[in-house]
Amino acid sequence: MAHYNLPTPVSEADIRKLKINDTVSLQQTLFGIRDATQIHLFDRGRKTKFDLRGHAVIHTAPNVRKVPVSAEFPAGYQPICIGTTTSDRMERFTEPLMNEYGVRMIVGKGGLRESSAAAFTKHGGVYLAIIGGTAALETTWIDQIEDVDLDDLNPESLWKFKINQFGPLLVAMDSHGGSIYQDVKADVAINKAAVLKRLGIV
Amino acid sequence: MELNLQHVEDACKELYIRALKLLPDDVKQGINRLKSTETDARAQVVLGTMVTNIAVAEREDNLLCQDTGLPIYNVWIGRGVTVDGVRLKEAIRRGCERATTEYPLRSSVVHPITRKNNHTSSGIEMPAIHIDFMDKADTIEIEMIPKGSGSENNSFLKMAIPAEGILGVKAFVIESVVNAGGKTCPPTIVGVGVGGTSDQCVALAKRAATRALGTHCSDEEGAKLEVELSTAVNQLGIGPQGLGGDGTAFAVHVEPAATHITMNPVAVNMQCHSARRARVSITPQGVAYGF
Repeated sequence: MAHYNLPTPVSEADIRKLKINDTVSLQQTLFGIRDATQIHLFDRGRKTKFDLRGHAVIHTAPNVRKVPVSAEFPAGYQPICIGTTTSDRMERFTEPLMNEYGVRMIVGKGGLRESSAAAFTKHGGVYLAIIGGTAALETTWIDQIEDVDLDDLNPESLWKFKINQFGPLLVAMDSHGGSIYQDVKADVAINKAAVLKRLGIV
Repeated sequence: MELNLQHVEDACKELYIRALKLLPDDVKQGINRLKSTETDARAQVVLGTMVTNIAVAEREDNLLCQDTGLPIYNVWIGRGVTVDGVRLKEAIRRGCERATTEYPLRSSVVHPITRKNNHTSSGIEMPAIHIDFMDKADTIEIEMIPKGSGSENNSFLKMAIPAEGILGVKAFVIESVVNAGGKTCPPTIVGVGVGGTSDQCVALAKRAATRALGTHCSDEEGAKLEVELSTAVNQLGIGPQGLGGDGTAFAVHVEPAATHITMNPVAVNMQCHSARRARVSITPQGVAYGF
């Protein structure tokens, strides 16, 4: 269980070092994406101006205030509260995010499933778990909204955040087939059988 | 009492913002209680981060969670209150919209078919407004619940049959909690509706999920079921955030309704660890906020 400070973008070698239960703090840049962003990128053929190769994306749609463009707010948005949404809905986008855009880290909550685990193994990627519902804390790790793309989808735009010590995040799925969620699922299946028995259900 | 609708509108704006920022004491205590008995080291870190987040939100005067949810307003009108019901609903809706545009909050509300967001947190039948009556003189109470989607997406209804009995109800609750796993942002309040019509059953589950921690079902059989299932779900090992541990749920809450001789419906609705709600009481003496 090691801790890593990772400035983005990262290389495949950086990612292959990570094992489940390690922790990571990200530096520099983090991109925000969500359901609609990925539906438009992968189902409707839209493209982004951003180069996501080696980067981390977080499953989010932030609370923002529209302000005049300035040095402090280069995208014309002031962050209010930026948190994380449930990743599971976006399971089918992990493979194209990695394959077509070169994304290496997905920050989310609640975990991803088997097809994402396969994509992480194949391309060299990880899932970094954040604690869902702790957005006030997360917001303190974000310095600025640097840029935004696909903003007609607001709040589900593609956001570029400037970050400072974003973490610690838990490596919950690694590039070697490890997944805390799969481990917990296996334990829960055993526990569930015992619970049902105690309740008098066969 | 003639209800002042400007007070209602202002209060409904304030309620949305308060609900998103201030966690009720019973929920804070719930997190601390789970933390004091949690045996899993990873789960301890997760619960500790939740406690930190509450402190940061209070210190920074910020929202606890970025999910502004689907806005729900539950209204109870007391005796002797005079109000134009249509205007009342309009005032609630305006308050909700003003919170969104003036604060500003993220509008999490879209048209269900076009997916268009008009950035007001309102739309067809939204905010959800439920109006009921109570035996209290010259008082109107409004409860606001921003219902987050992580937990709401894991809502389940089963039209079980009498032959499945109460065991079928219990099995469905366990099954639902297992299927939801970490997606609901556990630890959760697991709301269970038992009986009624199908729509009543789902509404009861929501009422159960949004009840204050430490409250009990007023029906004796329902209260017994709460105790049994509260113990059972915390033996599953899903844990906070689905990362393993003891603290899967703060509690299981049950709300029953009489049902048909041929029916045995059961519904499950969950509320995440950020179990947000805010309440206002409007009387001739003034406007008082609480939970």
